[in-house]
Amino acid sequence: MNLEGKQQIWKDYQKDIADDRYYYARSCIRQTFFPGSEWAYLDILGNKLGKTVFDDPRHTTCTGIGYHSDVVPVETIMTVVARHFALMTEAGFENITPSCITSFGIYTEILHTWEQHPEWEEKTRDFLWKATKREFKKPKNLAHTSDVIYKFRNEIAAQKKYSLTDVHTGQPLRVVDHIGCHYAKMFPSKGIGGAEFPAVLSGMVNAWGGESIDYPERRHCCGFGFRNYLVMANRGFSVANSKKKFESMQPYEPDFIVTNCPGCAMFLDKWQYTISEMEGTTYGPNGYGIPVLTYEEMAALVLGYDPWEIGLQMHQVSVDPLLEKMGISYDPEAKYKNIRGENIGRPQCPTYLKV
Amino acid sequence: MNFWGFSISEARVIDYDKNDKTLAQIMATEVPSSKLCIGCGGCTATCSAGNLTEFNIRKLQMLAKRGENKELQTQLHKCMLCGKCLLVCPRGVDTRRMIWSMLRFINS
Ligand code: SF4
Ligand code: SF4
Repeated sequence: MNLEGKQQIWKDYQKDIADDRYYYARSCIRQTFFPGSEWAYLDILGNKLGKTVFDDPRHTTCTGIGYHSDVVPVETIMTVVARHFALMTEAGFENITPSCITSFGIYTEILHTWEQHPEWEEKTRDFLWKATKREFKKPKNLAHTSDVIYKFRNEIAAQKKYSLTDVHTGQPLRVVDHIGCHYAKMFPSKGIGGAEFPAVLSGMVNAWGGESIDYPERRHCCGFGFRNYLVMANRGFSVANSKKKFESMQPYEPDFIVTNCPGCAMFLDKWQYTISEMEGTTYGPNGYGIPVLTYEEMAALVLGYDPWEIGLQMHQVSVDPLLEKMGISYDPEAKYKNIRGENIGRPQCPTYLKV
Repeated sequence: MNFWGFSISEARVIDYDKNDKTLAQIMATEVPSSKLCIGCGGCTATCSAGNLTEFNIRKLQMLAKRGENKELQTQLHKCMLCGKCLLVCPRGVDTRRMIWSMLRFINS
């Protein structure tokens, strides 16, 4: 393939990301399991980058998990999404930025369906009007929040307090990334780098001083797969997918995993505990796991946020060794204290996984 | 301790780097005609042992060629070495000799 051809292909995998004025759509999973992540994102965008983001309390779940598990019909999810667009329109915004990869996939799929089948858009407008007396304009720009951070990665690098480097050796940290399947596998042209050349996270890693590792199973699913996990009999299949990824990345001795999907962050973090209990296997050095960060947490650490303020104590796999490597000063005593300084209690210790 | 009510599923990926191909190599040298098999299943259809049990000679030789030898150990002894499969094979594979060669390998 000549250079012209490569450049042509790469062009297909670029996307327009709005500059400012984002309507924010929260993620059910992220705000439950990694609440500090969404807070950090809003704080970085608002206070570090000076952007306007509207965090709308009236916004609800997109029902994507129910839709992919065959319990929410397509008419329902389209109407729910139409309501989100109506809230965005009412608030005077045109750019929607979901925090969840599932929502991002849902919005992309629905907008695409309406483009191909305008009668479905008409039907949905009718449902929404009957149900809520609301009308909507379709978003001018749809970008995942990781796209937004990717867009401003150099601005963040300019303000960074810490680098993704090992302060003891001076070497860049070895980072393995995991891109949510619904980010670019359904509509490759909607994700930076598409499904084959995922660049949204590695772009951040490289910009902030780390080294991105292209491990063999990088593009493999984390195993969440909605009904794979929701039906207990299928969970063995779900965890097997994560295990395949861990086994593939372990030989590269990664310092941490970074993901852009809330579900993937949760599974890659918590399955390490499950696998350790079931098989006694841990994937990090000396009985520790491989820490899992969301890209917001990674950005926040680079910008010098307090690890406990962004909720890193909520992770199953301990991030303390990573903080030490990066030379981040933190108070170990404050790990299990809330914002008022009260003790929130320590989690029970796993049998094998060191925390 | 597993208190989850499920366990980790085993991958069904055929990993040619990890699988033991010794048997496949021995079979190819000892019974060169085994390389002519087209997997039609004629041998399995005519096999008396396969009629009465889950024994499936076409499947077993395919597994052996992939280096997945686990199932062979529990199945191969069901063959009576009657040679009916030999008579129907459209490719002239010496199936009985092939089975004999697999059995020898497993028992050694
Ligand atoms: S030789 Fe074995 S495999 Fe072939 S027909 Fe007889 S019992 Fe079946
Ligand atoms: S009958 Fe012959 S060609 Fe057909 S599967 Fe059996 S050995 Fe192979």
